Amino acid sequence: MADLKVKFCGKEFANPTVLASGILGVTAASWKNVVLNGAGGITTKSVWFNEHKGHPNPTMITTPYYMLNAVGLPDAGLEKAKSEIGAYLSAKPAPLIVSIVGGKTEEFEKIAEQIAQLEVDIIEVNISCPNVESEFGRPFACVSEDAKTVTAKVKAIVKKMNPNLPVVVKLSPNTENIVKIATTCAEAGADGFCLINTLGPGLAINLETRMPILANKVGGISGPAIKPLAVKLVNDVYKATKLPIIGTGGVTTGEDALEMMMAGAILVGIGSAVYFRGIDCFRKITNEMNEWCDKNDVKSLTEIIGTVKR
Amino acid sequence: MTHENLTEMPVVLKIKKIKEETPVIKTFYFDYSLNSRPGQFVMLWLPGVDEKPISISGDSGDEFALTICSRGDTTKKMAELKVGDQLGVRGPYGTSFHFEQDENIALIAGGYGAAPLYYTAVEASKLGCKIDFIISAHEKENLVFLDRIEQVKNLTLHVATHDGSVGIKGRGTTILEKLVNEKEIHRIMTCGPEMMMKTAADIGDSKNINTQVSVERYMKCGFGICGQCVLDPMGIRSCVSGPVMNSKVLKMLDDFGNYSRDENGNKIYFNNPTKK
Repeated sequence: MADLKVKFCGKEFANPTVLASGILGVTAASWKNVVLNGAGGITTKSVWFNEHKGHPNPTMITTPYYMLNAVGLPDAGLEKAKSEIGAYLSAKPAPLIVSIVGGKTEEFEKIAEQIAQLEVDIIEVNISCPNVESEFGRPFACVSEDAKTVTAKVKAIVKKMNPNLPVVVKLSPNTENIVKIATTCAEAGADGFCLINTLGPGLAINLETRMPILANKVGGISGPAIKPLAVKLVNDVYKATKLPIIGTGGVTTGEDALEMMMAGAILVGIGSAVYFRGIDCFRKITNEMNEWCDKNDVKSLTEIIGTVKR
Repeated sequence: MTHENLTEMPVVLKIKKIKEETPVIKTFYFDYSLNSRPGQFVMLWLPGVDEKPISISGDSGDEFALTICSRGDTTKKMAELKVGDQLGVRGPYGTSFHFEQDENIALIAGGYGAAPLYYTAVEASKLGCKIDFIISAHEKENLVFLDRIEQVKNLTLHVATHDGSVGIKGRGTTILEKLVNEKEIHRIMTCGPEMMMKTAADIGDSKNINTQVSVERYMKCGFGICGQCVLDPMGIRSCVSGPVMNSKVLKMLDDFGNYSRDENGNKIYFNNPTKK
């Protein structure tokens, strides 16, 4: 039995698997259920300041290789999220990462100010959702200056409210130079990164009707097909910044998770695997990691982080 | 690790036949082997508009039926469709009603909840079950599937309307209560308004009868990943652990008979739908 515990920005996680943002909702009940199924940590669905309507259905489709989604970040708003977060924190079974989103920089600040006053573990700044572009324009994570401004402002307010609360920036693969964005965010005060958000957006067409299947027409691509890209970009950002990383993108097996960690991730985000392997995928992935460690004489998972050879 | 069959894409089908049940309820028939079980649902896609979870109201193996009540923008647009028009279908999804050979079962439907329970009655009858089918509605015009329900073998039909226009005047649950006191019922299955199902579940539980309830919640993906339809306080996903759930499980839930959630996750209380 290897030691599966990892430390991320000073916070201890029982194992590296964390629920990725956007999967399994915004209710305390759902998060607790995910922890019961083996997750080492939880990332909430992105929280808006005001109630926000998502896209009509279909919002999610899958093939064996990828998932395409444009849910459009529906949320009941900060007040409702605070009550769900409160309910989870009252018996916190695993660390909580709260994902926040906004159309404008000020919105991010307003949410961060209030979330920072709760006993949450990490704030994840979602500046990279590719599915609300028609509403808000190009995601901040695709433009260096925008990414820098949001990071600096969120970090400043969080520092004021709760100096020990780490701010993690969720990065987009849909940019010319993710390393440049990451280093800019690091300079602006980011404590770590989560990457990658979904790729694209992509388009799926139904042949009979010649219609795009998703109501939003286009949607972010996730799932097994994007894993090699995620592993590569995690490694790029790891080498450039040395900051803690939540590696996310197509991880469905223990081997995938180990690969992500060798690329430089400390935590591993799990999303579409909930579909591909069931809600207990967190336990399955962790068990598979443990088996590999035992076979390969790895005593602690922390030994393998960033160990990919050059 | 393989996941060859894990594809959730709509299959586009032409409507083969339409039966107008009432001015607001229609049944669409499709030629397609859906391989469903009674109680399951599909996600029905109206291209360019929206996609909604719809219960299956019949499946003969090579043909299946969906019964749709026009009550929102999407279902109203679906109701305007003609024979030959196209709809997309994903599924079947979710749990189904469970019964075994030669059992006595009581089915209690409210309004167009009769549609999936009709399908259940057809399948239970094939297994030799003796069926008491209770159907209730506000008035005669809202009773659907009566003609087909009456044709099912080994079935006794009980009708209740709130205005007394057909059958007894009153509630279907009153008939259920009488039935469970008079004879041996092995299972109760219910589909309809949640408060009616809550009463039916209480009756079943009081007699320790296996009671199965079809729980309706707002759904997005239908395959257990988006988290839209999770129930408090256990985080059970109603699209994969439901829609058909045992009353003993529902008793442990805060939501059942109390509130559901809207598309953004706000709680909507049954006794006060305007309060958020």
